[in-house]
Amino acid sequence: MKTPDVTAALGDKKLQLAIYSATARLGERRRETITSDHEELRQYAHDIKKHTLDHLDFYLEQLERNVEARGGKVIWAKDGAEACAFIQNLARKRGVKVIVKSKSMTTEEIHLNEHLEEVGIEAVETDLGEYILQLGGEKPFHIIAPALHKTKEDVSDIFEKHLHSKRETSPEGLTKIARVALREKFLEAGMGITGANFLVADSGAIVLVENEGNARLSSSAPKIHVAVSGIEKVIPRAQDLGVFLKLLARSATGQPLSVYTSFLAGAKREGEPDGPEEFYLVLLDNGRTRLLADESKRQSLYCIRCGACLNHCPVYRKIGGYNYPWVYSGPIGKILTPQFMGIEHDPWLPFASSLCGACGEVCPVKIEIPRILLELRSDKVANDPDRAELWSFKVWAWVMRHPKFYARLAPLALSAAPPVGPVKKWLSQRDLPVPPAKSFRDLWKERSK
Amino acid sequence: MVRVSLFVTCVVDQVFPNVGMAMAKVLEAAGCEVEFREAQTCCAQPAFNSGYRDQARTVAEHFLTTFEGAEYIVVPSGSCCSMISHHFAELLPGDNRVHDLEPRVFEFSQFLTNVLKVEDVGASFDGLVTYHDSCHALRELKIKDGPRKLLQNVRGLRLVEMDTAEECCGFGGTFSVKFPEISGGMVRTKIDAIERTGASTVVSIDSSCLMQIQGALDRARSKIRTMHLAEVLANTLKAAE
Amino acid sequence: MTSRDEILSKARAALSRNTGDPVPPPPAVLLREGPTEHLVEQFTAALEALAGNVVVVKTCEEAQVAVDKALNGRTFIRSTGTRDAIAQVEVGITSADYALADTGSLVMFTESNESRLLSLLPPCHIAVIERSKIVACLDDVFRLRPLPGARSSAMVVITGPSRTADIEMRLVRGVHGPGEIHVIIIDDVTRSP
Ligand code: SF4
Repeated sequence: MKTPDVTAALGDKKLQLAIYSATARLGERRRETITSDHEELRQYAHDIKKHTLDHLDFYLEQLERNVEARGGKVIWAKDGAEACAFIQNLARKRGVKVIVKSKSMTTEEIHLNEHLEEVGIEAVETDLGEYILQLGGEKPFHIIAPALHKTKEDVSDIFEKHLHSKRETSPEGLTKIARVALREKFLEAGMGITGANFLVADSGAIVLVENEGNARLSSSAPKIHVAVSGIEKVIPRAQDLGVFLKLLARSATGQPLSVYTSFLAGAKREGEPDGPEEFYLVLLDNGRTRLLADESKRQSLYCIRCGACLNHCPVYRKIGGYNYPWVYSGPIGKILTPQFMGIEHDPWLPFASSLCGACGEVCPVKIEIPRILLELRSDKVANDPDRAELWSFKVWAWVMRHPKFYARLAPLALSAAPPVGPVKKWLSQRDLPVPPAKSFRDLWKERSK
Repeated sequence: MVRVSLFVTCVVDQVFPNVGMAMAKVLEAAGCEVEFREAQTCCAQPAFNSGYRDQARTVAEHFLTTFEGAEYIVVPSGSCCSMISHHFAELLPGDNRVHDLEPRVFEFSQFLTNVLKVEDVGASFDGLVTYHDSCHALRELKIKDGPRKLLQNVRGLRLVEMDTAEECCGFGGTFSVKFPEISGGMVRTKIDAIERTGASTVVSIDSSCLMQIQGALDRARSKIRTMHLAEVLANTLKAAE
Repeated sequence: MTSRDEILSKARAALSRNTGDPVPPPPAVLLREGPTEHLVEQFTAALEALAGNVVVVKTCEEAQVAVDKALNGRTFIRSTGTRDAIAQVEVGITSADYALADTGSLVMFTESNESRLLSLLPPCHIAVIERSKIVACLDDVFRLRPLPGARSSAMVVITGPSRTADIEMRLVRGVHGPGEIHVIIIDDVTRSP
């Protein structure tokens, strides 16, 4: 099984420090804000997600009815191509040249920006971190803190090159440069594109959660607002939001509530002074109904993209966000990618875990990530076993069922194992213990004499 | 008298036999009658965690046969214990023997504190010690305070916490050799945290974690030693007559 | 088959459901109770912790004085204005429909016919509210308004100044929205002279 080369990330001291301190800080803040009823909230959120996804068809239809009753339009997209084509056409019909976008993993998933560029539309990422990365031609490193691997000097380099700004290495000064540059885009843009943190079936609403204000701007400054969301984001009632908003803010950044929560039900109504004149909700499948069919892994779709599992994952904290094969990194990426792409795409992925369980412990919607990793490993073996490994486990299992052979063979295997294969790999990092003269069973026998 | 059947695990049996002996000594001193069933081998976890469920299942069956009728099964490993009490059910759904077994399997420290209600075994140990939470003990078996209480009650022992006691050591079974660089990076972060405490000994309740940590300490030519909790508790403890 | 029907039928097949199959009610709503007393003090403490400013006054006249003080001579727009006008001023002045004691948040519905952009485009936002608008927590708003979208196209909850930590995790206020927030609480409008 080929595994990715992570030596560059591991050897980069600056990067290691950046990842380690950022994730540690986020983790610490999370611990500081969670309350004594946290377990109850998690269970509730899990139960609501379970109920909704178990009856997803019903809630999607209800959502659609209510969005349309509020003057919005629902567009159903089987895959990324359909979603992108709809947005391209709409932009073309309305003569839109510039689009402002607020951070959305879903649009990353379908490569929307690339598709818009192809037809000559400028799509500007407006979340500060995403903006920095877009200018620098990079992808998000983390779901919540997309540019956590960039130092202020890196950011200044990028701004100097692309915005022709002066050298500026204070976060405040850099933020101001971005504010001014992006403000122009907000006022110029003919369309705003956002994701959605939640879709609320009983209200026909989408909910956007953020700290900067760029999602509010994207959804209220331009004449047209398009929200792109996976179908799994729906929840039944507005009243469920109290729990989800708390969990999301606490788990993601350790805030009691995020700075801005926008609950948006359709386009601007009569008498309202501003807001978008047209509102579209693009409901994306892109493989989600296939995941839905697997009952024991269905909960992979409960994810609210808080990033807590990344911050607590010792593997993510070593290899960072760029060594995962798809847009979703960290533990959630490890379970989503094989299910979306097929296990054969990156068979190593579910194995790249020590199964420490930290992710499952912090997940605000209680996704059993370690259990799903184990199932994916077993799926990989069932589909495409590694012949040599299969045989060694067959032999191993036989020996383990035959204690007399085990008692004789195990010490031999330990003392005579040549330094190749796994032994060599072990020794590449650390020493091996010296095998003891006698096994426990020998010592026990002697003692009982 | 409480009758205890030891499941020493293949790692302790073959690599760290003294841990098993120490565990037996502590349990006997606490008044248990201890037996060792020779037919025992492994908990099946290596195959299970690698995705080879068919092979794991046959080894789990062997375990069930071996320990039939045992009153209590005590294991010097949180990870192997959890394999039995939490994951056998996934391998053998609907098997009544598994259902029957689950409440009788205990990790060693858990057995002392929760079943025997012992928090002071009467041992002494001279030195500054830090405790590493092994992941499966912590997150699957919810073992956190028990081993610490046992350590705090050892005469002469001073317990100091490292800042990332709950962070994985990077062992992870075959993960340690499938992804050696990541695993190695993780354990080096761990030993940095251990070194910052100034402790001379690291204690845990899983020999596999300790093998990983000791291996990295040795590679770094550190003087810090690892010890299984059972070894600390058996120190200068007179075995029951 | 349209994409809509295809997605829905795939979902039904995945869930072994048929069109129109009944759906059991979702788990009972979990709405928390917030603090019951000292709401003004709690609101003040929460917002101040986020670097917001709170002034409590007795009468409308006093409120005007407080607004002037917060304005400090800067240009402003109150209640409504065109997008381009709002983009030019330094301060946006609004009311709020609710305020949340436990988190120091303002809740604004668009049915009040104030511009959404007033609390967003200018670098400073001043909100004037009556004490009676302060409720304990967000769940109280959902209790009072179970369907927030019924009369408003938008409900926005604002908790402190706009902020980011995208560069080296360092907190910076005022990235896209206002970096400065003042909330002026009028003790009781009905009894003001
Ligand atoms: S899997 Fe859970 S912890 Fe990870 S991002 Fe999703 S909701 Fe957050």
